[in-house]
Amino acid sequence: MKPDTQSSSTGASSARTEVREQIIEIVSDSGEGAQKAGQAFGAVCAKSGCGVWTVEIIPAEIKPPSRSRAGASGIRIRFGSDTVTNMGDEADLVIAFNEQVLYGRIDADAFRPGTRILLDPKWRTDDSPKIRKMYEDALVDFEQRGFVVQELAIEEECAKLVKNPRLGKNMFILGLLTQVYGMDVELAMGEASFLFRRKSDEVIARNHDLIRAGFNFAKENMPLAYEVPQRQTTESQVVMNGNQALALGIMASGIEVVAMYPITPATSVSHHLGGAYTRVGGLLHQAEDEIAAIGFALGATYAGKTACTVTSGPGLALKTEFLGLAVMAELPLVLINVQRGGPSTGLPTKVEQGDLFASLYGTPGDAPKIVMAAATIEECFHMVITARKLAETFRGPVLILTDANLATGVQPIPRPHPREEWIAPPIDSSPWDPNVSAYDWDEETGISPRPIPGQPGGEYVLTGLAHTGDAHVAYDPDSNEKGMEMRSKKLRALQKSLRPPKVNGDPSGELLIVGWGSTLGAIDEALGRARAEGYSVSSLHLRFVSPMEPGIKEIFERFDRVLTIGIQYSDQDPASTDDPARRRSQFAALLRDETLCDVDSWSQVHGQPLSPGIVLDVIQKNFERAHSKGEPGEEKTGATIS
Amino acid sequence: MGMFGTENDWELDPPPRYFSLEDYEGGAARWCPGCGDFGVLTAVQRICRDEQLEPEQIVAVSGIGCSSRFPHYMDTYGFHGLHGRPLPVACGIKSRRPDLKVWVATGDGDCCSIGAGHWIHAIRYNMDITVMLFDNNVYGLTKNQTSPTSPQGMKTNTHPRGAWLPPLNPLRAVLGFTNCSFVAQVVDWNPALLYETLRAAYHHRGTSFVRILQRCPAFSGQVFEHLQHDPASLLLLQHEDGMQLDPKVAKLFPNSTTHDPSDMKAAREIADSDGEGKVPVGVLYRDPNSAVYDDFTNLGMEMGLDEKIKALDTELDRFAI
Repeated sequence: MKPDTQSSSTGASSARTEVREQIIEIVSDSGEGAQKAGQAFGAVCAKSGCGVWTVEIIPAEIKPPSRSRAGASGIRIRFGSDTVTNMGDEADLVIAFNEQVLYGRIDADAFRPGTRILLDPKWRTDDSPKIRKMYEDALVDFEQRGFVVQELAIEEECAKLVKNPRLGKNMFILGLLTQVYGMDVELAMGEASFLFRRKSDEVIARNHDLIRAGFNFAKENMPLAYEVPQRQTTESQVVMNGNQALALGIMASGIEVVAMYPITPATSVSHHLGGAYTRVGGLLHQAEDEIAAIGFALGATYAGKTACTVTSGPGLALKTEFLGLAVMAELPLVLINVQRGGPSTGLPTKVEQGDLFASLYGTPGDAPKIVMAAATIEECFHMVITARKLAETFRGPVLILTDANLATGVQPIPRPHPREEWIAPPIDSSPWDPNVSAYDWDEETGISPRPIPGQPGGEYVLTGLAHTGDAHVAYDPDSNEKGMEMRSKKLRALQKSLRPPKVNGDPSGELLIVGWGSTLGAIDEALGRARAEGYSVSSLHLRFVSPMEPGIKEIFERFDRVLTIGIQYSDQDPASTDDPARRRSQFAALLRDETLCDVDSWSQVHGQPLSPGIVLDVIQKNFERAHSKGEPGEEKTGATIS
Repeated sequence: MGMFGTENDWELDPPPRYFSLEDYEGGAARWCPGCGDFGVLTAVQRICRDEQLEPEQIVAVSGIGCSSRFPHYMDTYGFHGLHGRPLPVACGIKSRRPDLKVWVATGDGDCCSIGAGHWIHAIRYNMDITVMLFDNNVYGLTKNQTSPTSPQGMKTNTHPRGAWLPPLNPLRAVLGFTNCSFVAQVVDWNPALLYETLRAAYHHRGTSFVRILQRCPAFSGQVFEHLQHDPASLLLLQHEDGMQLDPKVAKLFPNSTTHDPSDMKAAREIADSDGEGKVPVGVLYRDPNSAVYDDFTNLGMEMGLDEKIKALDTELDRFAI
C-alpha cells in the first residue's frame, strides 16, 4: 500500500511531507550493524510516539558470503501514527550497503515499483571489474523493476570520521533516518549511549559524531523530509520482542526454573533470562540436550517448583516422551514452542505454524494436554502467567505456541505491572491428609491435588506406568480406562470455563477468516481494508487450540464460508481444489473435526510472516471465486453438517 | 528445668519422631528370587533408618528396567520416570530443594546406554545426589539382550553366539568425566560392604557414583559366579577417607589394600585393571572439593515476594520508553 501522503508545512523550517506510515529496511552483509541501527531507530520512533514493528532479516549462516543474495541481513522497521501489529507489505525506503543483498529481499517480495533505495555506490569504483559490472547491471535491473535508486556515499562520508567506516556506517544511517523522518536527534544519541553503555566514553562520543554527521548530511544533501503525526499515549510502555516478553512473563509468573537447550529461534529467551533471571530469584539451567531440559524441568516441578522449558520444532520432537510422562503422571509444566519452519531442520530462522498437530497429538498414546497460542508480543508475556496457573490447576503440561515472527518482531506494548497473584506461592510443606490419595480425582473434572516431597503423609511414587488413583501400578482394564478418562475430563472441564472467542467484524456474513498465533496483526489489518472495500468478511482468532474455545460451531454456522489463513502447509495447487484427497491445513482439519463444518484453508510456507496485502488478496480472490460460481448465500457450506 | 522442677541432665530427650525400617518399606518387592536388587534395597533402607531420615524428605528416582522398580519398594517419595533419564530428573528435583535426599537407581542399559549422554553431564554437574548403578551386565526386563557391560562372548537373545564387542567399563568411563567426585564399586552379595560403601556415598556432598555388581539369576547368573565363589578374585580398597569395613568383615577378603581415594591416578589404574583379574571393591575416588552445581542452582531461593516484585519492576524498566 502506498503511504497516505499530503503536504505539510508545520514543524521543521523546510516543508515536510506528512506520512501516516512508513516501512523502511536497512539491508547489508551480516556484521555491518544494520540490526543495531534499526532497533535503535525503532526505539526512537516509539519514544517519539509512533506505533512500531521491527523485524530482523536474518541469514541462516553466521557469516554468509558477503555481497550475496543468501547473505541479506538487516532489519525492517514499520512505523506510523497508529499501532502497528505486523511487518506490513512492501517497503517504502531501503538503505543498502551493497546491491547484491537487495536480491535477497527482492526474492522475499519486499519491494514494489516506487520503493526508494538509497545505495552505497562504492562498488562502482571497486578494484574488481567483476564487482563493478555486477553493480552496474543491478542498477539497470533495479530501474527496470521500477525502484527509485539514489546513490549515497555512506562509507565515504563515514571515512571522514572513523578509521573503519564499515563498522561506523550503521550509526551514520541512524542519524540520517532521524533527520529524514523529523525525529529528535537527541533521542538517537540516547540510544547510542545505551547501546554502547559498556564501552568507553570515547567510543560513545565517536558514535554520537557519526549520528550527528548522518543527521546533518541528510539535512544538507537529501531532498527527502517526512513527518509522521504522532499518537498521544498516556500509558507507560515497554519495547520488546516476543522472546523477551516470554522471558519476562516467565519471571513474572513466579516460575523459578527454566531448563532449555539452545535452538533457533527459541534460544534468545535464554539470553534474556541469562542475567535477569538470577536477579529475580530464578534458575536458568542450560541442559546437555533437549531431553534433559524437560527432564530437569519435570524434576523441579515434582519437587514443587513448576518449571518451564523452551524449544522449537526439532526440540519438541525430542521432548515428546517426557511430555507423555507429564500427561500420564499429571505433572505441571509450561512448554513453550517458538515455531520455525519444518519438518526436520527445515527453516531454522524462519517462521511457520506447522507444529500444531505435533503439539496436540505428537505424544504416543492418548495424551490430552492444554495448548495455547500467543497472537501478539503482549500475549507472549501474559500467556506464561496463565499457563503456569493452568498447569498447576489442571495438573499437567501446558504448551504455548509462538513463532519466529513473534520471537523477532519488536513492538511497544503497555507496560505490565507485576502483581502478587501472578507469582507462584511458596511450597506447601504441611502434612498431607492421609485419607487423600495421590490422585484423588474429582469425578466431574478429573482434577486432583498434588502432594509435594516434604509433605509428611503424601509419599507416593510417580510413575509413567498405568496407575490407580492411589498411584499404584495397575495393568487391569478398569484402572487404565479410569486414568484415561480422568485425564481427558480435565480438558473438558477447562473448555467449560473458557469464553467463546469474539468475532472481529459482523457476527454473521459471507466469509469468516479463522486464524491462530502471530498472523493476527496481518489478518486484522487486511480485514479492515477488505471491509472498507465493502466485503462481507469477519475474522476469528483462537488463543486456545486444545481444548478449543467453545461456541465455534455456532459462529461458523452464521457464515457462508469459513476459511483458515495461516503459515502452515496445505494443498493449494489448482488440481487440489475439488480433489477429495486434498490435504487441508492442520488448523482447518482441527476445526472441521471440532465443528463438523466445512472449512477451507489458504496457506503459504514461504518462511515469511503474512503481510496484510497477501491476506487482502486472498480475501478478494475468495469472493471472486465464490461469486463466479453463484450468488453469495447459495453455497451454505459453512452450515453443512456432515 | 527438668522433671518436677529439678535440674538434671539425665532426662531423655527423645526425637519427636523415630523411624524404624518399616517406615521405609513400600510395596512387596517383585524381583525374581535370588535377584541382587533385594540386598541393595535393604542396605538403602537401613541407611535411611540409621540416619533417621524423614521419609517425606527422601526421593527415590529411577529410569526403566528391573532395578528401576526400586522407588516402588520404598515408602518415600519416588519418581519412576523414563528409560535412561533418571539423572536429569534427579538434578531437577535437587535444583531448588537442597533439603531433599535424592537416591537414584539406574541400570547398565539405563545409565551406560540410552542415558549415557546424561551420565557424562550429571557427573560433571556433581549435584548432591547418590547414584546407584545396578550393573547386571544384561537387559533383564526386556528379557536377555546384550547390554553395554555384557562380557564379550556372553550369549544373549540379540547375540546368540556371544556378544561381539568388549564391554564398556563404567568405572573407567566415570573417572574420565570432568568434575567426577565420588566413585565406588561394590558387589550385591556382601551386605556389610554394600552398607558401608553406600553410606559413605550418601555422606559425600556431590554426585556419588556407586557401581553395584548385581546378580541376575534369570539371565546373567554366570557372570559374577566366580567372584561370588572366590573372594580372592576381589580386591578390597580401604582408607580412612574412603570406606572401612569392620575388621571381622574385612577378613573375608583375602586381597585387601589401602587406597587413598584422593589419588586419581591410582584410581584410574585400579579401574583399568577391573576385569583383568582382581575386581576392586570399595571407594576408588573421592574429592570433597569438586565444584557442586547446587551452589549455583540454589541462588535466589531466599527472595521474598516484595523483593521479587521490586526486582521484576526493575527488569521491566529496562525495556521502558
